[in-house]
Amino acid sequence: MSRPVWDLFPGGGGVTRRSFIRTAAAAGGGLILGVSTACEGGGSRTPAGGRSVGLEGGFSPNVFVHLHPTGDVEIVVARSEMGQGVRTSLAAVVADEMEADWSRIRVVQAPGHPDFGDQNTGGSQSVRNHFQRLREAGAVARRMLEEAAARQWEVPAAECAGRNHEVVHLPTGRTAAYGELAEAAGRLQVPENAVLKGADQFRYIGRPLGGVDNLDITVGAALFGADVRPPGMVYAAIARCPVVGGTHRSYDAQEALRRPGVLRVVEIPPAESPPGYGSLGGVAVVAENTWAALAGRDALRIEWDLGPHATHESSAYRASLEAAVREPGRPDRSEGDVDGALRAADRTHSAEYYVPYLAHASMEPPACVASVTREGCEIWAPVQAPQTTRRVVAGMLDVPEDRVTVHVTLLGGAFGRKSKPDFVLEAVWISKEVGRPVQVFWTREDDIRHDFYHAVSMQRLEAGLDDSKRVTAWLHRSAFPSISATFASGIDRPPADELGLGNTTVPFDVPNLRCESCPASWHTRIGWLRSVSNIHHGFAVGAFADELAALAGRDPREFLLDLIGPARVIDYWAGEENAYGVDKRAYPYDTGRLRGVVELATGEAGWGRSLPAGRGLGLAAHYCFVTYVAQVAEVSVTGDRLRIHRIDCAVDCGLVVNPDQVKAQMEGAIVFGLSLALHGNITMRAGRVEQGNFDDYPICALREVPEIHVHIVNSDAPPTGVGEPGVPPVAAAVANAIFAATGRRIRELPIRLAGV
Amino acid sequence: MAKVRLTVNGAARELDVPPEMPILWVLRDVLNLTGTKYGCGTALCGSCTVLRDGEAIRACVEPISSAEGTALVTIEGLSANGTHPLQVAWRDLNVAQCGYCQPGQIMNAAALLARNPSPTDEEIDAAQQANLCRCGTYLRIREAIRVAAGEGSTGRGGDS
Repeated sequence: MSRPVWDLFPGGGGVTRRSFIRTAAAAGGGLILGVSTACEGGGSRTPAGGRSVGLEGGFSPNVFVHLHPTGDVEIVVARSEMGQGVRTSLAAVVADEMEADWSRIRVVQAPGHPDFGDQNTGGSQSVRNHFQRLREAGAVARRMLEEAAARQWEVPAAECAGRNHEVVHLPTGRTAAYGELAEAAGRLQVPENAVLKGADQFRYIGRPLGGVDNLDITVGAALFGADVRPPGMVYAAIARCPVVGGTHRSYDAQEALRRPGVLRVVEIPPAESPPGYGSLGGVAVVAENTWAALAGRDALRIEWDLGPHATHESSAYRASLEAAVREPGRPDRSEGDVDGALRAADRTHSAEYYVPYLAHASMEPPACVASVTREGCEIWAPVQAPQTTRRVVAGMLDVPEDRVTVHVTLLGGAFGRKSKPDFVLEAVWISKEVGRPVQVFWTREDDIRHDFYHAVSMQRLEAGLDDSKRVTAWLHRSAFPSISATFASGIDRPPADELGLGNTTVPFDVPNLRCESCPASWHTRIGWLRSVSNIHHGFAVGAFADELAALAGRDPREFLLDLIGPARVIDYWAGEENAYGVDKRAYPYDTGRLRGVVELATGEAGWGRSLPAGRGLGLAAHYCFVTYVAQVAEVSVTGDRLRIHRIDCAVDCGLVVNPDQVKAQMEGAIVFGLSLALHGNITMRAGRVEQGNFDDYPICALREVPEIHVHIVNSDAPPTGVGEPGVPPVAAAVANAIFAATGRRIRELPIRLAGV
Repeated sequence: MAKVRLTVNGAARELDVPPEMPILWVLRDVLNLTGTKYGCGTALCGSCTVLRDGEAIRACVEPISSAEGTALVTIEGLSANGTHPLQVAWRDLNVAQCGYCQPGQIMNAAALLARNPSPTDEEIDAAQQANLCRCGTYLRIREAIRVAAGEGSTGRGGDS
């Protein structure tokens, strides 16, 4: 069982100055970065001719591996852990190629630093983008240990093989433990490459491995953002303007300062417009503990200037989106003659789909500890993007980036929220003002009311069928405020990258097809939420395909397979990359694999079996983040009461690193999808979010969760991510099952059966 | 200000804190027991669950004065070295994803098993219904409680 190196702030014990310094040194990257050879682009290869550098006789062939003479191995994971299991899976990839004994591994969390390559943990890309280079990092370490043993024994290196933490001389069976070879290996040239294992030799890849943080989590020792306690730290709660774009006009802190435990009141400058990653500004109460800070904040008297978005109302905004999708938009993908095909169609059908704003509501609200000194700034925070964090903090403090250290704690859920470091900037500002380490604490209400929301959206789909019930025309209009508008002004509709998440990536074999984006103004911070615009696009496309099946009088499964069409590679992108920024040749968008998950999910769910009245099966399939998922939901409806009994989920994510983690991510994504299908609804009134906690922004609890059966396609295709792709089909599968059970169509989330 | 006397994880404590201060903040900010988590502040999510004289309570809304003369047990004190059957089952079944809500889940389940060593599924669901998990680990939570009660299937092959 490994423990994170920064886990040296034991709960329950006093944190001494000495232990703090020790931790800071270890976690600050002094240990790892100080001994590592920088890698171009974060690859595992050191520059040609580079030498590994020994530490205390140890061996670090690259920034990801350090072998101690004791035989203990530290593997550095440079991606943020938010529950997707990345600290376990990526470490397992390195350990496998290194032939390291899993029980000797300690996982070390990398601080934000360019040496590690891209650390922005999002887009379901940790395994997809890092599998190969981490294999190489492990294989190079193994090859150097083999070489060290060969020299020691004066035998050819080809006769030596790393096997489970020792090198074996194959002809004689002689062995040397990895730890004994560390010092000698550390004196060798780092080779430019090493032979990777064949898949049949994998020791950990493809096997279920428990999470490396499981022990810490179950004993309360795991450290999240608010759990770090450097000496002298104080606590801050911030009053922020309830409307984005507004600011405090004046404030009276006298009452707050009289509250016991309150130390200071600090003004944070207002955000720019649009706010981007910046802090929202406001008035911070700094106190001896969280409770005093919150009580002090309650006692502030603030007059707000609500700014230009105080007229934002959900109902009026919805009407504006409806009007937008009823007019032609900007064509973002266009094939054939859609208008002609609609005119010539035997039958046409259209429907509109609405999804409201959604909040992330990770169980851990944003939290950050920052310590600004004359030397620079040290940060402990649950951030998805430590390099971005470092850059914006350095910018705010006007210091070089190397003066800013960002330690990444465990993330208590993130789902995209913690890729935005606004809460870090708040803590940095306050620490700079008070000259002490500061923890910024967000309440649940702060989190729900000051989120970067998933965009509210309206979509209109229209299709034409010929007299043989084949779809000849497909028109999809999508209107939603863009994430980009949070970062730059003048953006009035979603750009191509947000439409490439389920809109223009529609997999259907329709000769006349057009995807259009329509105008949508921006009034609050919009951000990435687990699978991003695939949420609303997956719902609308999945539900509309089912509507067309009913119109054609055909079984939804057979109809969907025909709509997907024969196995082929979809490629309408100019250049070498597809919508997810991957090499099109390495990761072709293969409708055969989409068909495969449809067939697997429906087969396992017993599609076509007879069900009692009021019960139904619904199917949806969706490709996103280069992974293919299909789901079948079984529901029953009694009066207005919906019950979801079972969901079968088939996933094709290429080669599987950790099957139990893939299963867990699908289980979690389905519950996440059910929460947004059944409950999620952020509404705006006078520019303010009307919800604030789990009573008015509920998420699924235990009793609502159905049986879940996950079926993983056996594949040797390159591995792809699984954090997000399980989410988009859920709402459509449930909506389609409700139709099968009742004949009622669901075109709006969250699902409401009463009055439908 | 009168001192609050109680035991926390078996150790006697005399705390010089405002009596209305919620137990959660006393644990986290005064005693530095950070295993107990904030999730909602209004007893809606269960992340802050601890045991007060064996009963599961929401530490975010219970004032420290309510713990006068009682024994509080937090996740740090549930067992020596994480050996409580629930903690073992949690690892064997690889329950946790992000892990943030899990101390509260485990403490809530510990109170359940203490009063009902062989709960039915319905009793498990009723007991855990107000402990929220945004990662959606619910099915494994239910199974881990079954395993800890000696009723469920054992691990799924995960090394822990």
